[in-house]
Amino acid sequence: MGKYLEMIRIRFLMMLAYRTNYYSGIIIYSINIAAYYFLWSAIYGGKEDIQGLSVIQMTTYIAVAWMARAFYFNNIDREIAIEIKEGKVAVEMIRPYHYLNMKTMAALGEGIFRLFFFSVPGMFLVSLVFPLQFSANPATWGFFGISILLSFVINTQINLMTGIFTFFIFNNDGLMRAKRVVIDLFSGLILPISFYPGWAQSGMEWFPFMYISYVPSMIFSEGFVGQQVWNALMMQGLWCLLLLVPIQVLWVLAKKQMVIQGG
Amino acid sequence: MNSMIHVENLTKEFKSYSSRSGLKGAFRDLLTRNYKIHRAVDSISLDVKPGEMIGYIGENGAGKSTTIKMLTGILTPTSGEVLINGMNPHKEREKFVKTIGVVFGQRSQLWWDIAVQESFRLLKKVYNVSEEDYNSHMAMVIEALDIAPLLDKPVRKLSLGQRMRCELAAALIHNPPLLFLDEPTIGLDVLVKLKIREFLKELNKQYNTTVMLTTHDLSDIEALCERVVMLDEGKIIYDGSLSQLKTSWGEGKQIQFHFKTPKTRDELIRSTCQQLVVWEPGENENTWTANVTNDEDIISQVIGEVVANHQILDLKILETSTEEIIRNIYEEGIIHG
Repeated sequence: MGKYLEMIRIRFLMMLAYRTNYYSGIIIYSINIAAYYFLWSAIYGGKEDIQGLSVIQMTTYIAVAWMARAFYFNNIDREIAIEIKEGKVAVEMIRPYHYLNMKTMAALGEGIFRLFFFSVPGMFLVSLVFPLQFSANPATWGFFGISILLSFVINTQINLMTGIFTFFIFNNDGLMRAKRVVIDLFSGLILPISFYPGWAQSGMEWFPFMYISYVPSMIFSEGFVGQQVWNALMMQGLWCLLLLVPIQVLWVLAKKQMVIQGG
Repeated sequence: MNSMIHVENLTKEFKSYSSRSGLKGAFRDLLTRNYKIHRAVDSISLDVKPGEMIGYIGENGAGKSTTIKMLTGILTPTSGEVLINGMNPHKEREKFVKTIGVVFGQRSQLWWDIAVQESFRLLKKVYNVSEEDYNSHMAMVIEALDIAPLLDKPVRKLSLGQRMRCELAAALIHNPPLLFLDEPTIGLDVLVKLKIREFLKELNKQYNTTVMLTTHDLSDIEALCERVVMLDEGKIIYDGSLSQLKTSWGEGKQIQFHFKTPKTRDELIRSTCQQLVVWEPGENENTWTANVTNDEDIISQVIGEVVANHQILDLKILETSTEEIIRNIYEEGIIHG
């Protein structure tokens, strides 16, 4: 366990290694949220609510979606792809740990860092300017915490799968880009799922994407209440378990046909 | 079972595709590809005893790195058996890699953006090394490699020589009984090379560490290894002591004479007619080289006869260098003549 905690610490150090990156990160988060706020207030015009969400609920939804994104989002698919392309995965394989577990821990370190050092300060800046409505209910915060943790697991699992694909196709920039668009669009980050047409909504229930962003944001903005929250969390947990299977299969196959590129 | 590395009939095949030529070929490649099976390592067998330092040499693409990668558990062999330290590197990878150290000269295992000591700290945790073991062992390593002033610098600010010494230290944090070095001295200057060699010798003496070394710099091998394994096209073509390689391939010695006056070949042959000597002209008429078999009596007799009959200014005895020997082997194949 010690080595995994140490990896989280190392990731903190790596994030802090470049100061400019750190400061610009906070500003980028604030700008993103502000842009969406203006976009949505224009769409709402004078209307009280759309699809049962008020303007303030909507802004909170967007702000929270971005805050959650800071935590669950990571680039480990890219990292794995680069390590495979440059042959660096050889170095990882001579270490006494599970490569994928270590990558997950590195991603967790990055997530925690971003949540507390990008998002929270960013959120503070944003709440000074725009009306946000945070729940005072500690249970909501608790559910939200559990939910983004599960979001992180699901998103990381998808990233791991995308990354492992590099073992088979050697260059998967296209796949990674496609994955990113799919997640941004179908996870409910840009648009809440309830805004999609009915057929699209029922289609999305068969994919894990909406459990990444839509669920935690709905829990936090209290769009989900009572039994709905429990159902959503259970579905998230189910996907976490389900996705372990393809990862394991891909990993075993990948190890068998691993080629170290470049000598 | 007292061998450190036991390898039997180890084979690795790669499937690679060959691109067809031209635009039309490129479109055809989209649909079907021509695959070729390339045998990088071809049923090699090898036994290494604990505490041995062996040099693993071969041309580029001979299969050295592939072997090392199979022995370290990175690549799965196509067939054959590997038993290192009584473990199978692929089946028990995580347990196995705790007992080896690996340095790849061409890639870094330190984290690029953070200070060297942070990398060490992480590796210490990864290998589960206790504080006392780390302190006592690493103090010696840091001292011997002279890296104490580098520890608080990020890796990206180190020079290649500095980084290489840190890499070596990083591979030794858990004091492994077996060390694989894949071209550790590539691109390093003479001073750093010497330091690394000294250090490896010291390590071998103190901890009886087994070292397997691949390199293109034969002076590394000469300085460190008594045993060499030579690989060509995936097959072992020589496995034995370096000195034996030198005697059987050394092809005698050369004696270079610098005469006071110009000489002809006939004159020289006449004066050394009792011995089997081949004379070769040097850069001018005053310089001649005598090729003789590597036998002390013959050498002294030839020198005696030449000196008795001609006035000389200078005389040198040259031995065939290891590099020349290796080059001869590659050019002619291991079967003599």
